[in-house]
Amino acid sequence: MTTKDATYTYTLRLGDDALILGHRLSELCSRGPILEEDLALTNVALDMIGRAQALLKYAADIEGKGKTDDDIAYRRAEINYCNHLLIEQPNGDFAHTIARQLFVSVFEFLFYTELEKSRDETLAAIASKTIKEIKYHMQHAIDWTLRLGDGTSESHKRMQTAVNDLWMYTGELFEMDEVDAQLMRDGIAVDLIPIKAQWHNDIKTVLNKATLLMPEDTYMQTGSKKGIHTENLGHILSEMQYLQRAYPDATW
Amino acid sequence: MHNEHSDTHFQSRIDNGEHIEAKDYMPEGYRKHLIRQISQHAHSEVIGMQPEGNWITRAPSLRAKQILLAKIQDEGGHGLYLYSAAETLGVSRAELIENLQSGKAKYSSIFNYPALNWADIGAIGWLVDGAAIVNQVSLQRTSYGPYSRAMVRICKEESFHQRQGYEIMTKMMRGTKDQQAMAQDAMNRWWWPSLMMFGPHDTDSPHSSDAVKWKIKRETNDELRQKFIDKTIPQAELIGLTIPDNNFSLDEKTGHYKISPINWDEFYRVIAGHGPCNKQRVDHHIKFHEEGAWVREAAVAYKQKHVKKELETA
Repeated sequence: MTTKDATYTYTLRLGDDALILGHRLSELCSRGPILEEDLALTNVALDMIGRAQALLKYAADIEGKGKTDDDIAYRRAEINYCNHLLIEQPNGDFAHTIARQLFVSVFEFLFYTELEKSRDETLAAIASKTIKEIKYHMQHAIDWTLRLGDGTSESHKRMQTAVNDLWMYTGELFEMDEVDAQLMRDGIAVDLIPIKAQWHNDIKTVLNKATLLMPEDTYMQTGSKKGIHTENLGHILSEMQYLQRAYPDATW
Repeated sequence: MHNEHSDTHFQSRIDNGEHIEAKDYMPEGYRKHLIRQISQHAHSEVIGMQPEGNWITRAPSLRAKQILLAKIQDEGGHGLYLYSAAETLGVSRAELIENLQSGKAKYSSIFNYPALNWADIGAIGWLVDGAAIVNQVSLQRTSYGPYSRAMVRICKEESFHQRQGYEIMTKMMRGTKDQQAMAQDAMNRWWWPSLMMFGPHDTDSPHSSDAVKWKIKRETNDELRQKFIDKTIPQAELIGLTIPDNNFSLDEKTGHYKISPINWDEFYRVIAGHGPCNKQRVDHHIKFHEEGAWVREAAVAYKQKHVKKELETA
């Protein structure tokens, strides 16, 4: 594998996480528990889509076949998307949305802090822009985890359920394959081993503070690096790609 | 000597073009009128998030999705400032929301129409926000200070909304036959309801006279509607959209367009609750408000616990 091919795949993976999470959060518009929260979640969605645009544009540039960010976002088959399984999980109740945000944003904070040091200048530049946004996403998720965990008995129960339900998708965040190995040799990719340990620590601290229990590590779901997703992704794509697929000659 | 708490003194301040502030004396009728109008305006922003939100997940490009998300976020933000402006008049947000959900308070009837194809997002921005701006520009000079200041801020964002709506319509009219058909379909469905947004003719408007005297309202429904018509017809023609009115004409002498009579039966029917989406919009608001109750309760409980802890350790 050339560095170029590996960088393309690596960028696509990051771009797909941002694209699909941005989509999931955008589903919540006008559905927040309070107007302020509607605005906050929309804000996170906007950041995600902005990040997706930057990353997918870079992926298209690396590929060099004259595609646009939109071609990549809207014109692939399900098996070619490589977002993590956690990202595509449904919003569920507000506790599930927050648990997913907590797991993802703590991971992204650690990840993008390292990616800022990447020898790939474009990825490093995207990382330094995005890290400012992630700090806010993470604070938002932590604040709500504390409120829900240490709020009422109902909110505590719902938050614990959400943490437990999504736990099996968290292991995949730290998987590495030959793409990572190649790019780590080139000083481009982030080593996920130290990040995994730090993530566990940070999550444990937040959950403890929120009076929640850290789930036991059982079997971790896997597959997205090979394009094997949960059933959720197909539904996301059929909605997201509707106009692009129904009117392939149109420009919007 | 003037009594600062008299209606005469109040009216002389209005006549001098002064702003009335939250703590100033105001007649009860003025306060009531403002609460009704500002809350209706706030509710319109919030309910308006629904028809547009209906297309977010199907927005056809990353750029379109970002613009639409940003726009809906602005609408929610406008709802927040307006609820705050209403609160300065001694009413709580909880009461305002209760009135919305019980049907006691209204919101702009335009949002009782469905957003059926992507061009509807263009039409909502261009026509609906376009009509709203004409009204809001005028309200920047409204006599109540907090409302006037909210309008100044809102107008800046609304003009961006209108431009993005017109951009969608323009792109679609320059696009494929299917896209042109969608744009015209949206025009056909949104044109008349957007003209109804200005409310009944001046001769039939129940709230106009006091509102004009108190300078809450600076221009009449018909004056504002005419401004919108005169501005919008040339924009439609420029991109090749047909106005869904067989009898409109330009009066060369006055420079104003004349249009066919507005179907007021439809207007009153939708206001009375029988529009295509009245029930859906309010039900949606109630559903997510109720589903969010446990979250709001948790936030309150958490705050109480932690305030108590801080007091104990202090």
